[in-house]
Amino acid sequence: MKPYLPFESRLVPLPKNNIDTDQIIPARFLKTTSKEGLDKNLFCDWRQDPNFILNTPRGQNAQILLAGDNFGCGSSREHAPWALTQFGFRAVISTSFADIFKQNSLKNSLVPIVVPADVHAKLFALPEEAKVKVDLASQTLTLPDGETVKFPVDSFSKTCLLEGIDELGWILKQEPAIAAYESTRPYSLNTSSSGT
Amino acid sequence: MPGPLTLSQKVWNSHIVREEPGAPSLIYVDLHLVHEVTSPQAFSGLRERGLKVRRADLTVATTDHSIPTSDRSLPILDPIAKNQVEQLEINCKEFGIPHYGVHSEHQGIVHVIGPELGFTQPGMTVVCGDSHTATHGAFGALAFGIGTSEVQNVLATQTLLQRPSKTFKVEVNGTLKPGVSAKDIILALCAKVGIGGGTGSVFEYTGAAIRALDMEGRMTVSNMSIEAGARAGMVAPDDTTFHYLNGRPFVPKGQAWEAALARWKQLPTDDGALFDSEVVIDGDTLTPMITWGTNPGMGVPISGAVPDPSTIPDALERDAVVKALEYMNLEPGKPILGRAVNVVFIGSCTNSRITDLRAAAALLKGRKVSPNVRVMVVPGSMEVKRQAIAEGLPEIFRAAGCDYREPGCSMCIAMNGDQLAPGEYSVSTSNRNFEGRQGKGGRTFLASPLTAAASALTGVVTDVRSLL
Repeated sequence: MKPYLPFESRLVPLPKNNIDTDQIIPARFLKTTSKEGLDKNLFCDWRQDPNFILNTPRGQNAQILLAGDNFGCGSSREHAPWALTQFGFRAVISTSFADIFKQNSLKNSLVPIVVPADVHAKLFALPEEAKVKVDLASQTLTLPDGETVKFPVDSFSKTCLLEGIDELGWILKQEPAIAAYESTRPYSLNTSSSGT
Repeated sequence: MPGPLTLSQKVWNSHIVREEPGAPSLIYVDLHLVHEVTSPQAFSGLRERGLKVRRADLTVATTDHSIPTSDRSLPILDPIAKNQVEQLEINCKEFGIPHYGVHSEHQGIVHVIGPELGFTQPGMTVVCGDSHTATHGAFGALAFGIGTSEVQNVLATQTLLQRPSKTFKVEVNGTLKPGVSAKDIILALCAKVGIGGGTGSVFEYTGAAIRALDMEGRMTVSNMSIEAGARAGMVAPDDTTFHYLNGRPFVPKGQAWEAALARWKQLPTDDGALFDSEVVIDGDTLTPMITWGTNPGMGVPISGAVPDPSTIPDALERDAVVKALEYMNLEPGKPILGRAVNVVFIGSCTNSRITDLRAAAALLKGRKVSPNVRVMVVPGSMEVKRQAIAEGLPEIFRAAGCDYREPGCSMCIAMNGDQLAPGEYSVSTSNRNFEGRQGKGGRTFLASPLTAAASALTGVVTDVRSLL
């Protein structure tokens, strides 16, 4: 993973609440065994409409999606953040995110940015060409009028993103603690047997 | 000494491998369930790093999402699905993971076979790359869905980095009336708290109406916790749980069973434990529920009306209702009863277990489904299929005019060719009514197996209580 650096971008507004992962990438595209090429099916069914924002100039070459409440609800498919990042997004702004989507995004350099309702409304009201700055290190959004808004992010995920490291490397170093825990487990399940 | 704890806190605390202030906890996973859709990229990741599966003995795979539910002796025609199914076989072989594949006598939907084979046990942590992993919480396990990166982490280390969830008590009091079932409880909860109401929380289902449910009913309720935003939903284990588990293939036997039982009996929430949130549902007055819109929180009592957006003050909320009504081609304020349907689907990890099939068959026995409706019945597993045969259920379904199929996820997720045509309506016992979920342009009414069977008979959305 590359270190997550500050950037400035226009917003792609999707003013709809509860955008679910079946809209972000429909299940029929999950038969792949690869992570590649998912961007072409991002919001596939909505893109059938020529006026849908991703089909307009405003939807191109922008790195921030601005969405309604509870973005990413539904399934656990990591194909959703894969498709979003392959399309070029590096952050999604909403008032709230579904739990699994949020975790999946943080592992893929897609930062879920939670803002209060008034800031959310202000962002939706910005003109088309307005740019917003995202700085993960200071956890701030900077609006065109200079207003800065702090956003929360998990401290561990933040370190991983800023340094461009993934979790697995860190967990693998915990081997002694994992082995010690295993020696105390009360369960004796063995899925490889034919049962107890 | 810690103060009184909830069920989910007890399971969480007993699985902490390592904890540092400010950092997420490293949590041990007792059971990792794997399927073909969310695992291939995780296995590729292991290969790239030269890693092995740490505990193949705590891992089990099945094939359920992408496979046809038609004749299993025939090859899979969709080359992309065929490749995915074959890739899981290759991965399981290479990494030594037991796999209940397409031709296994134990194949089935991952959330059906886990409990039925006794892999799922109280007090365990259970994960799977699937949001309906919440199902296993019915046994008092802390069970939740994970993404593919986390699947890879668990394969490699048997652990996950997690922060604890908030606790949320869902108390369902009273006694359910005839025609009302577990599905109606969870649809009522989704309607009450909304699709994001449980975000950040683990539900714990309590109350007389939950205690009275059999394990299949509790699984139906826990299964859809995610549809109200909660990653997990749990039910404290009791004699119903222990009775279900006793004798299942992977459940401890003899002295080990006694020891397990003693541990499991310590799991229920302590008196005086506090929850971050609470909600109460009155089981006595609960009626059959049905969804009208495009998320599972858009539900009403079956005799209710579709909402009228002109009465909703918030602009985004109003717009959501307008859009949902447009997609569903429904008129505001009109009753949902009597709406014509094209397809009835009885199946999915929510409602494909033997008690679900029994309930539907009891209503369909000696009757014929409407000639205008295509009715699909898809058992959740080969075991459910065998049990149904032993009870003569397939004959009942076929005599009534249903299409009785092979086990799999089928039209719940419509990855395998079982799908609605654009514009078609279904009454479905599955868990999601998102736009296009059951096929591009398809329109889904989520309901119980009883409501689905009743609607199959009449060809329109029907209150099962009128047929009892």
